Amino acid sequence: MMTQTHFLVLSAALFMIGIIGVMTRRNIIIVLMSMELMLNAVNINLIAFSRQLGDVTGQVFAVFVICVAAAEAAVGLGIILAFYRNKETINIDEMNLMRW
Amino acid sequence: MHLIWLIPLLPAFGALVNGVVGVRYFSKRTAGLLACGTMAGALALSLYAFFELLGLAPEAREYVVRPLTWISALPLQLKDGSIGSFSIPWGFRLDPLSAMMILVVTGIGFLIHVYSVGYMHGESRGAYARFFSYLNLFVFFMLMLVLGDNFAVMFVGWEGVGLCSYLLIGYYYEKKSASDAGKKAFIVNRIGDWGFILGMFLVFSVFGTLDFRAVANAAGSMPVESAAFGTLSLITLLLFVGAIGKSAQIPLYVWLPDAMEGPTPVSALIHAATMVTAGVYMVGRNAVLFSHSPETMQIVAIVGVATAFLAATIGLVQNDIKRVLAYSTVSQLGFMFLAMGVGAFAAGAFHLMTHAFFKALLFLCSGSVIHAMAGQQDMRHMGGLKKYLPKTYVTMLVGTFAIAGMPPLSGFFSKDEILFRAFLSNKIIWGVAVVTALMTAFYMFRLMSMTFFGTYRGPAFEAAGGHGRAGSGHGSAAAHGAASASHGGHGGGHAAADDSHGGHGEWHGPHESPNSMTIPLQILAVGAIIAGFVGVPAALWGDNVIEGFLHPSFVARVSEGHASAAVLSGFAAASEPKAAALGESAPASESKGAAAGRQAAAASHAAAAAAPGEPSGAAAGEQAGTTTHAASPEGGTAGGHMPWAGEMGLMLLSVCVGITGILVAYRFYVRAPEIADKLAQRWAGAHRVLSNKYYVDEFYEATAIAGTMASARGLWVFDANVVDGAVNGTGWLTMFWSWISHVVDKYVVDGLVNFVGAVMEEGSVVFRRLQTGLIQNYALVMLFGVFAFVSIYLMSR
Repeated sequence: MMTQTHFLVLSAALFMIGIIGVMTRRNIIIVLMSMELMLNAVNINLIAFSRQLGDVTGQVFAVFVICVAAAEAAVGLGIILAFYRNKETINIDEMNLMRW
Repeated sequence: MHLIWLIPLLPAFGALVNGVVGVRYFSKRTAGLLACGTMAGALALSLYAFFELLGLAPEAREYVVRPLTWISALPLQLKDGSIGSFSIPWGFRLDPLSAMMILVVTGIGFLIHVYSVGYMHGESRGAYARFFSYLNLFVFFMLMLVLGDNFAVMFVGWEGVGLCSYLLIGYYYEKKSASDAGKKAFIVNRIGDWGFILGMFLVFSVFGTLDFRAVANAAGSMPVESAAFGTLSLITLLLFVGAIGKSAQIPLYVWLPDAMEGPTPVSALIHAATMVTAGVYMVGRNAVLFSHSPETMQIVAIVGVATAFLAATIGLVQNDIKRVLAYSTVSQLGFMFLAMGVGAFAAGAFHLMTHAFFKALLFLCSGSVIHAMAGQQDMRHMGGLKKYLPKTYVTMLVGTFAIAGMPPLSGFFSKDEILFRAFLSNKIIWGVAVVTALMTAFYMFRLMSMTFFGTYRGPAFEAAGGHGRAGSGHGSAAAHGAASASHGGHGGGHAAADDSHGGHGEWHGPHESPNSMTIPLQILAVGAIIAGFVGVPAALWGDNVIEGFLHPSFVARVSEGHASAAVLSGFAAASEPKAAALGESAPASESKGAAAGRQAAAASHAAAAAAPGEPSGAAAGEQAGTTTHAASPEGGTAGGHMPWAGEMGLMLLSVCVGITGILVAYRFYVRAPEIADKLAQRWAGAHRVLSNKYYVDEFYEATAIAGTMASARGLWVFDANVVDGAVNGTGWLTMFWSWISHVVDKYVVDGLVNFVGAVMEEGSVVFRRLQTGLIQNYALVMLFGVFAFVSIYLMSR
């Protein structure tokens, strides 16, 4: 029997994986993918509570988040592509133009 | 005669047109014609007005025309604390005195304009129009002066004639001495004007009006200030200061001899016939005021006689023909003031008129001589001109006899009247005046002798062209000015081309002047002969028309007698016998009594004057007595002043004095010229003093002028050090402050700004390390932050 706790544990695990991916990986595409993971962890959370509370609002919200995530991925990949064309690299450590 | 305002305006029109348009565009002929035409118009109008005035009853002879308002009513506080209304119309008054004056001004002015057409013909076109413009302007102001019906309008004329005098004296402005003389005349006159204007203020403060008639009437009802020096005395003294300046009396006479730098017609018109008599006219115009202050009258008489005497002594030894006449003018003006001072206002005005004729004549004759001698003014280089200038000679002889007081010429009647009145008033003054008359005859005949008699002493000439003077290397085309310059070495500077009237080629020796000059001379000579017949005294079986004619101008108009006339005439009758006695030790009281007897009309001042035991009331009495000759034909003979024989004796004495003067001069300068030189050597000291005019100019130079210069220099030093120092100090202080401000700005304000900047810069060195630019770094910090906030949230719940 799947309880609410399972969902939350799964969600937290996915979110932690995502955070660690964002923090530790140097390849920006991996970082982007880790962010997708984090978003999906949030989606699981939303749907778990929707299911428990019998309120469909959370599921609708999850659909929105998926849409936004798709758009974000598209924009993020576009930026990465442009960056790559400029710098011939996708190493995130090279992306330090904002530095003092 | 409501057109009397046109009389001054006609010459003003001439002056305006000649001055604005004529100087540039008019030919000499047009300019001269315009000037003479306006003068002729003014003369015609004056004659018309005069005869219309004569047609009225003696007491009603007064026209007042006020075409415009000058200053509309202003409230001003008066002396007694009440509020008076200060309003001045452009008022013109024609009464006997001003009628006489406008006839003199326009008549003699017209003749002098005509004369000037000939005299000035050598001037360039513009200068010619300028001369006539000034001359017309002068006549305009002079007519304003005499026609004005209040002090303010008179003052306009008074200042205006001073201005024109300045302009005309300085007519040859390229010449330093002429422009200096103009300035001198103007500045000396200014001192007198100061007195006049103060007197005018005081008149308004006391009477609340500036109208002559109103002031005279108000003053007429005031007591005579015989006891103390009161307000009226102060007013009259101040007015007399003005008269001193304008009429060249001691101590302000010094400008008049220098004024001879102007062209000769100017000397004749302004500095002999009209302007200088303005002071006399003003005293006569305020006769009522003056007769109410015996102390001022005393001063007037003394100043007059002293001036007459001193100027005559100076005139004895001058060698410049115009300067002799100038001192003679000063002297004759002194006579007029003497007459005014002894209360003989009509006699003074009468002498003013006759003097205008014969002195204008003499000046114009001297102008003719100067013209003939090509600018030479030094009489030592003349002589024997009789045969070259017959017309001038005859007319000048007439003028000389007139001024010397030879009967029956005009000067005899007027001068004798003055001497007679002086005799009645004060024997000492009379004595000085007689000596002066002797000197007058002497110096005038000396002038005649040196100029027309004897042998010719002037520069050599040839009748037929070319300069006769050996060694004068002028080309034959030398202009007249150059010619007179060549004589200049010879004439001691006087012959400089001051009266240059070149244009008629070279100088061929003395020659008679053109008709435009000699005809005015002849007319004036006729005038000098007959002008006296209007004032034949009663002692000579005349009835002294002019005194009766002028009398209404000199008295207050009192509608009702303030004092009781009956009491008065009783007193006068009582004192008559005493007055009749000749040789009384108190002549003042005699004349007073006589005056009171005949003066029932002017009851108010006679009342005061007749108060017994007031010797200085004589002036008022004298003034009233002026009428005696005319008002009562029997007065002269029946013993108003003295027996007929006494008056006759005085006349004979003055004739003898005149003849003596003439004979002595003839002997000294024609028969035996060496006598004059010997005398001059014997009395070398006195001669030197006289030749140097008593060193008065030097005295003024040393005191007034040097004092003014010293004070000016002192003020300059003050200005340079204190005032400029204050200004510079302020500037320095400003600069000092701005320097301080600069320092504060630079180090305090800028320092603060820079300090802030420095702090920021130093701080940034530390804190900019936070900006790593590494995304993961930021994300980590963000994670920690979120973790921290959530932890705080959870724990604090």
